[in-house]
Amino acid sequence: MIISIASGKGGTGKTTIATNLAVALGTDVNLLDCDVEEPNDHIFIQPDINYTERVSLKVPQVDMNKCSLCGLCQEICQFQAIVVVGKTVLTFPELCHSCGGCMEVCSEDAITEIDREMGIFESGSRNGLEFAYGRIFVGQVMAVPVIERVRAAVQPDKVNIIDAPPGTSCPVISSVKNTDFVILVTEPTPFGLNDLKLAVGMVKILNIPHGIVINRSDLGDDKVMEYANEENIPILMEIPFDRQIAETYSKGKLLVEELPDWKERFIHLHEKIMDHVREG
Amino acid sequence: MKELIVISGKGGTGKTSLLGAFASLAKDKVLCDADVDAADLYLILEPDIKERQDFQEGHKAIINLDKCTECGLCRELCRFHAISTEFIVDPIDCEGCGVCVYFCPEDAIDFPIKTCGELFISETRCGPMVHARLGIAEDNSGRLVTLTRKHAKELAEERGFNLILTDGPPGLACPVIASIAGATGVLIVTEPTLSGHHDMDRVVELANHFQIPAYVCVNKFDLNPKMTETIEAYAQDKGLPIMGRIPFDPIFTEAMVQKQTIIEYDGSSKAAGAVKEIWERLKSRL
Repeated sequence: MIISIASGKGGTGKTTIATNLAVALGTDVNLLDCDVEEPNDHIFIQPDINYTERVSLKVPQVDMNKCSLCGLCQEICQFQAIVVVGKTVLTFPELCHSCGGCMEVCSEDAITEIDREMGIFESGSRNGLEFAYGRIFVGQVMAVPVIERVRAAVQPDKVNIIDAPPGTSCPVISSVKNTDFVILVTEPTPFGLNDLKLAVGMVKILNIPHGIVINRSDLGDDKVMEYANEENIPILMEIPFDRQIAETYSKGKLLVEELPDWKERFIHLHEKIMDHVREG
Repeated sequence: MKELIVISGKGGTGKTSLLGAFASLAKDKVLCDADVDAADLYLILEPDIKERQDFQEGHKAIINLDKCTECGLCRELCRFHAISTEFIVDPIDCEGCGVCVYFCPEDAIDFPIKTCGELFISETRCGPMVHARLGIAEDNSGRLVTLTRKHAKELAEERGFNLILTDGPPGLACPVIASIAGATGVLIVTEPTLSGHHDMDRVVELANHFQIPAYVCVNKFDLNPKMTETIEAYAQDKGLPIMGRIPFDPIFTEAMVQKQTIIEYDGSSKAAGAVKEIWERLKSRL
């Protein structure tokens, strides 16, 4: 079982939903933070990290003793990551997508691959809750290879909860594709609605069942609700704006541990999701 | 030419609302929305689109099944597992590397250029604006950001304006790097939460990495005044000028619902006053 949490718009409450849902369910849960640009789940979970790995991408290295300067590598590369200049071959590792084309096409066997480090993957646990996350190094352009490493930590026998980055482009797709259900977290504002529509478009392309959580549900207008009704998308939960909730979040604390009733509400959220998954 | 980019690391800290307010306050500027993945500035400024162009970038492989002999070489070579056992290329998994196209012995794979989004040049009540829309589930957002900024610069030169105000995306990677590269300065909008602090630290590092002057302001500061102090102390320690604090105020949402900037909606409110002060300080820095 894999439940992913996405939003389109940033700052709507993905982390709140992911961390509180995971802790409310307790054991047999695996929380994966795929927002590798700005991961925050670990702040709330405070896990004991027992495994650390450097995530790298294979990039070409050219042996100029073997290279005949034929230029086929430059020709096949769609990303301008390898270029023949005069009597040498320059590589631009930050542009390389690691497709392996240059190595495959090289007639002189002059290209090998070396690892380029892009970020860190870590895993651990907290009170029986399994946890993993990644973070790209500052200045790195590509997030997807690190996200894919976090996705590889899915445990099939557990409830896996994936916290995705904001937006609707490649990092989000990598985080939510092949999951069983997507929780779309939004707020009832024009920005929230606009970005929710984009996120719904994305999950429809990926063909994943989905539902909506409305955060700060009393600040704004009714348009998100109207949209959900028109589109027949279930509203799974509403969280009103409350200074106590905002303060709890600001200190890096969990609602399910600090405020009464919330644990039950998140367990109920999970039940609702399971009902929708069973109904297909 | 001065170019200010509003970024945050963490999403939802108020980048777009603040940039909208600056749009009401600044004179003779071009507005640019570089959050091409989830562009929202247009919702407040209601641009009148004057010019529209397709954004074309990259390619996708398509196997012509009439020519395909199912030799399987493409599946063997594809590192992105984008080709099914029925020899259909999944357009979402396809990276556009062209390795299958190059090696197919039957020349059975087409490689058309992709249209991944749209770019718009518009007029708004607050001045000219360049904005874009990346197609859903598309990649190449960094390139579209770069193109959007390039058009904004050209438009500013054309009009004889000296200033570009740009709304940046959340995060830290490709689209953010494309947004800030070569800018005059970045305003980092954060909020007084541990997450806001953590995410700000990483964008501060990013701005330093690219040697771009960074300024800081704390939005919704009164939701946790202690954390606001911690963040400001951190900024000071890093030598980042603090531009001000904005109180939490539902009028930001109310203004958004009315499709107005908060200066237009209630210019005499405390929140609007705080934003005006921040703008004055920024102006003198740029």
